Amino acid sequence: MITTTHYMVLSAALFTLGVVGVMTRRNVIIVLMSIELMLNAVNINLVAFSHQLQNVIGQVFAVFIVVVAAAEAAVGLGIILAFYRNKETVNIDEMNLLRW
Amino acid sequence: MDLIWLIPLLPGLGALVNGVVGIRYFSRRTAGLVANAAMAAALLLSMYAFWQLLGLPAGDREHTVRVMSWISGIPLALSNGTIGTFSIPWGFRLDPLSGMMILVVTGIGFLIHVYSVGYMHGEPRGSYARFFAYLNLFVFFMLMLVLGDNFVVMFVGWEGVGLCSYLLIGYWYEKKSASDAGKKAFIVNRIGDWGFIIGMFLIFSTFGTLDFRAVANAAGTMPIESAGFGTLSLITLLLFVGATGKSAQIPLYVWLPDAMEGPTPVSALIHAATMVTAGVYMVGRNAVLFGHSPMTMEIVAVVGVATAFVAATIGLVQNDIKRVLAYSTVSQLGFMFLAMGVGAYAAGAFHLMTHAFFKALLFLCSGSVIHAMAGQQDMRHMGGLKKYLPVTFWTMFIGTLAIAGMPPLSGFFSKDEILYKAFLDNKLIWGVAVVTALMTAFYMYRLLSMTFFGNYRGPAWEHEHAQAGASHAEAAGAHAGDHAPSGGGGWHGPHESPKSMTIPLVILAVGAAFAGFVGIPAALNGGNAIEHFLEPSFVARAVVAEPATAPAAHEAAVAAAAHGEGPAEAVHHISWAAEMGLMGLSVLVGIIGILAAYRIYVRAPEIAENLARRWSGAHRVLSNKYYVDEFYGATVVDGTIASANGLWIIDRTVVDGAVNGSGWLTVVSAWFSHLIDKYLVDGLVNLVGAVLEESSFLFRRFQTGLVQNYALVMLFGVFAFVSVYLFVR
Repeated sequence: MITTTHYMVLSAALFTLGVVGVMTRRNVIIVLMSIELMLNAVNINLVAFSHQLQNVIGQVFAVFIVVVAAAEAAVGLGIILAFYRNKETVNIDEMNLLRW
Repeated sequence: MDLIWLIPLLPGLGALVNGVVGIRYFSRRTAGLVANAAMAAALLLSMYAFWQLLGLPAGDREHTVRVMSWISGIPLALSNGTIGTFSIPWGFRLDPLSGMMILVVTGIGFLIHVYSVGYMHGEPRGSYARFFAYLNLFVFFMLMLVLGDNFVVMFVGWEGVGLCSYLLIGYWYEKKSASDAGKKAFIVNRIGDWGFIIGMFLIFSTFGTLDFRAVANAAGTMPIESAGFGTLSLITLLLFVGATGKSAQIPLYVWLPDAMEGPTPVSALIHAATMVTAGVYMVGRNAVLFGHSPMTMEIVAVVGVATAFVAATIGLVQNDIKRVLAYSTVSQLGFMFLAMGVGAYAAGAFHLMTHAFFKALLFLCSGSVIHAMAGQQDMRHMGGLKKYLPVTFWTMFIGTLAIAGMPPLSGFFSKDEILYKAFLDNKLIWGVAVVTALMTAFYMYRLLSMTFFGNYRGPAWEHEHAQAGASHAEAAGAHAGDHAPSGGGGWHGPHESPKSMTIPLVILAVGAAFAGFVGIPAALNGGNAIEHFLEPSFVARAVVAEPATAPAAHEAAVAAAAHGEGPAEAVHHISWAAEMGLMGLSVLVGIIGILAAYRIYVRAPEIAENLARRWSGAHRVLSNKYYVDEFYGATVVDGTIASANGLWIIDRTVVDGAVNGSGWLTVVSAWFSHLIDKYLVDGLVNLVGAVLEESSFLFRRFQTGLVQNYALVMLFGVFAFVSVYLFVR
């Protein structure tokens, strides 16, 4: 029997993976993918609790998050593309224009 | 008669045309023509207006024309606590007195204009037009003065003639003495005007109006201030101060002799027709006011007779032909004021008129002599001119006899009338006046003798006595250069003047001879027409009563006024024999004066020198005019300069010191303020800036620009918050 706890463990694992990815990877596209991973971990959490609580709001939120994530990915990729055209790099270490 | 406002306007237009256009563009002929045409038109208009005036019944000879409003409805507080309305119209009034004056001013003014055409022909074209513009302007202002129906319009003329006298006396302004004389005349007149203005203020605050008729009527109802010195006395005294300035009485007569620096027609105009008669006219115009203040009348009479006497004594020893005439003018004006002072307004006005004739004549004759002598004015360098200047001699002879009071010439009637009235009023004043009349006859005949009789003492002229008088001619040339109206260069000895100069002389001589017949006294079976004619101008009367009752009311007013103003007349009416005796006496002193002068200056000229030597002290005092100019110079002028210097020092040290001190204080306090600003205020601001700048060095380290750093911090933060949430709560 797969319980809510299982889902939460999965979700936590995925989120941790995402966080570690964001923190450690230098390729900005992978950072973006890691962010998506974190978002989907949250989605799993929401759907799991929606199921447990028999309340559809969680699923609605999940759908919204998917939509926002899609938009975010589009914008993020757009920024990355523009940045790449200017600097010829996607290395996040070199994206430090906004420093002092 | 409704067009009387045109009378002053015409010469005014003439002045405008000549002054604006003429100086630039007019030829001599055009300029002279414009000025003379304006004067002729004014004269004709005056004659017509006067003729109409004569057509009115005696009591109604007064016509007022209000052309337009000038100052309207300014509320001003009066002395009795109410609020009066200060309204001044451009009003003109024709009555017997102003009627006589406009005839004198335009008539004699016209003759002087004609004369000037000949006299001034040597002037450059531009200044010739300027001269006529000034002359016309002078007449314009004088007519304003005479015709104005209130004090303010009169004052316009009053100031205007002062201005014009300045312009005309200083006509030869390149010459320092002339421009100085102009300034002197102007400033001395201004002193008198001060009195006149204060008098006007006082009149308005007392009566609430400045209309002559209204003031006279109001004053007529007030009691005569025989006991003390009241408001009316103060007003009249102040007005008289104005009159002394304008009419050259003690103590303000000093400008008039110096006014001889102007061209001779100007002297004639100032002395005969205009300007100096203004003061006499003003006193006559305010006869009711003066009549109600016996103390002022006393002062007027005393000042008049003193002026007459003093000026006559100075006139005895002057050698400048025009200065003798100037002092005689001052002296004759003294006679007029004497007449005013004893209440004989008509006699004063009558003398004003006759004097205008013979003094204009004498001045124009002297101008003719000066013209003939190429600018020479010193009588010691004349003599024997009779054969060269016949017309001038005979006309001047008539003028001299007239001023000396020989019957039946005009001066006799008017002067005798004054002496008679003075005799009735005060024997002492009469005595001084008779002595003055004696001196008048003496110095006038002296002038005539030194000029026309005896041997010729002047410089030789070119074609006859060339080498004999070379040094003489040089000396005279230096003299002559200034005044020479005909140019000093080609002088060929004394010569009779051109027609344009001699014709006015002849006309004036006729006038001087016969003008007196309008005032033949009753004692000589005459009607004394002028006195009866002028009398209505000198009395108060009811404000335009109904036509039917007007004459009766007027008669009553005249009777009352005559009774009130001349108590002496009523009390001691002297006999016919006594009056004839007085007349005989005045003729006698005239003859004595003439004979004495004839004896001394024609028969035995050395007597004059002996006399001068024997009485050298008196002679020196007289020829220096009692040192009055020096006295005024030492007191008034130097006093003014000294006080101005004192004020300047106060200004420099105290006022400037205060200003500079406050400036210095401001600088010092500003310096302190700047210290506070610099170190305290700026210090605080800079401190804040410095602190922020220094701390920013610390904090900007956080801004690495590395997204992952930020994410890490966020992570730790979330971790911390969650930890707190979970465990600390």
